[in-house]
Amino acid sequence: MATLKVPTHVPAPSEDAEQLRKAFEGWGTNEQMIIDILAHRNAAQRNLIRKTYGQTYGEDFLTSLDKELSSDFERAVLLFTLDPAERDAYLANEATKRFPSSNWVIMEIACTRSSHELFNVRKAYHARYKKSLEEDVAHHATGDYRKLLVPLVSAFRYEGDEVNMTLAKSEAKILHDKISHKHYSDEEVIRIVTTRSKAQLNATLNHYNTAFGNAINKDLKADPKDEFLKLLRATIKCLTVPEKYFEKVLRQAINRLGTDEWALTRVVTTRAEVDMVRIKEEYQKRNSVTLEKAVAGDTSGDYERMLLALIGCGDV
Amino acid sequence: MAHPAEVEVLNKALSGIGVDEKSIISILGKSHHEHQRSIRKGCSKFFFEDERQFERWDDTAIKNLKLEFKRFKDAVVYSLMHPWERDARLLKKALKKGPQQYYVIVEIACTRSSDQLLGARKAYHSLYDRSIEEDLAAHVKASERKLLVALVSAYRYEGPKVKEDTAKSEAKALLNAIKNADKRKPIEDEEVITILTTRSKPHLREVYEQYKKISGNTITQDLEAEMFLRETIECLCTPHTYFTKVLDKALREDAHEDDKRALTRLVATQEAGNFKGITDKFGQRIEERVKGAYKDVLLGVLARGEINGKA
Repeated sequence: MATLKVPTHVPAPSEDAEQLRKAFEGWGTNEQMIIDILAHRNAAQRNLIRKTYGQTYGEDFLTSLDKELSSDFERAVLLFTLDPAERDAYLANEATKRFPSSNWVIMEIACTRSSHELFNVRKAYHARYKKSLEEDVAHHATGDYRKLLVPLVSAFRYEGDEVNMTLAKSEAKILHDKISHKHYSDEEVIRIVTTRSKAQLNATLNHYNTAFGNAINKDLKADPKDEFLKLLRATIKCLTVPEKYFEKVLRQAINRLGTDEWALTRVVTTRAEVDMVRIKEEYQKRNSVTLEKAVAGDTSGDYERMLLALIGCGDV
Repeated sequence: MAHPAEVEVLNKALSGIGVDEKSIISILGKSHHEHQRSIRKGCSKFFFEDERQFERWDDTAIKNLKLEFKRFKDAVVYSLMHPWERDARLLKKALKKGPQQYYVIVEIACTRSSDQLLGARKAYHSLYDRSIEEDLAAHVKASERKLLVALVSAYRYEGPKVKEDTAKSEAKALLNAIKNADKRKPIEDEEVITILTTRSKPHLREVYEQYKKISGNTITQDLEAEMFLRETIECLCTPHTYFTKVLDKALREDAHEDDKRALTRLVATQEAGNFKGITDKFGQRIEERVKGAYKDVLLGVLARGEINGKA
């Protein structure tokens, strides 16, 4: 469930656009105004505002933003203003230009969006970057990472609840065989993880646990230093229990010496309208402190206020 | 007694692709016992004298006739179908039939637009409660698996933008892979698969041109031994040539049932651009080889394809 709080009576997009324009005028910027408006509108409303702003002032709102703001706050506003498909395309493209650790971002997007959403990301990617997402991912990733990531972003998984129990049993066995022989990037492992529906995968992994005594991710911890294994475990987590995955990302982002703002911003802006409520529950369960408190303790200023607004703090 | 000419008409009506319903009806209409008997004696293609002294149908002939009559029904069913459902059903059928028919999967994956292919994938979910890629990945065992799964999963950029430098280096990479075919099969080469399954069609056409420059041959010539790769490139870069080949094969005297089925598949496809000038090229042969209602459907679709192409 979403943590985004939208007022019952939402002003017309032209009013919002006007207020945002005012926020940029004069000395400095009225960041609180930006938070008050944008952090309390849903995706469709934000799209309208952006369109209206562009038509009224002849400039894309995001360009104005770039001119006036900098750093973490700007990034949070930028990401949140983008339409979700565009946002994911932006993040994915950014990830293909950065170092290998950004493989995680690509995997996260591919696995935690619905088939339909992932396809919209691919469409948005065409429009924005004049290339296909899969060609950039293929170009950026190498070896086993490419073997895993390209099919992940290309998948159009069946989204229904139909599950074949016989298949679940046989594929659990295949996974167990390959894993016990340490063939982690075996074609069969990749095939099952990158093509089966989430419902089918769940059934397979449940059966794995029942039949072999350990959850698959426990068996995949055999080599703690193996980076590919880490990614594979995270992939499975994203496909089956995404809110637990996101809790971990947030926990690691906040606990690090300093804060990994990019990860924090990414998770908050991409999940505020999706499942942030469940992620907050997981966070509190795991860390004995609310996410709000943790974020407030580790961030400051407008950046902090924006994040808190998105995770549902305070009044509308 | 049956006129020898009537026997000839019947022979003709039941040979070729589809059946000439009108001629058959006109002959049957005047039939009485003696008439039918002399027809059976005259049509040695379909009947033979049994050791118990009666003229019986040859079983193979009946089997073939079943296929020929079925063609019109298939053409009708496919023509009325939503294009997405059509492609989904064709993909499923090809997968079920096995390696002999995998080339149909390549054909569909490579000749549809990005959005049409997505539509086929959606329809596949509806019809079979599974994704096409999971079925393909689970059932295709051999070296073609990687290529086929990646081909149906592609969502190619459709704009005209092409990077000449990238095209040049990718043409080189393909040439290298082909040269090293004895060390590793090109169809299992990661680079080859990535290039063919992720790049846009305009980009691949540029790669095709660049390849000609550095090799002297076209890439399809150099890939003589690799059927799936050759077909992939043909469908992506020169679809008109590909469809011309398919039609030519289907209309030959010695055409296999699989080749003839391609005609119905083309009827279902109606890719306007790919049918430019085909009626001119094949109109005559279609008149000769194809019969009856099936012929009318085929010609009608081709004509519409031409009109749509010009539109």
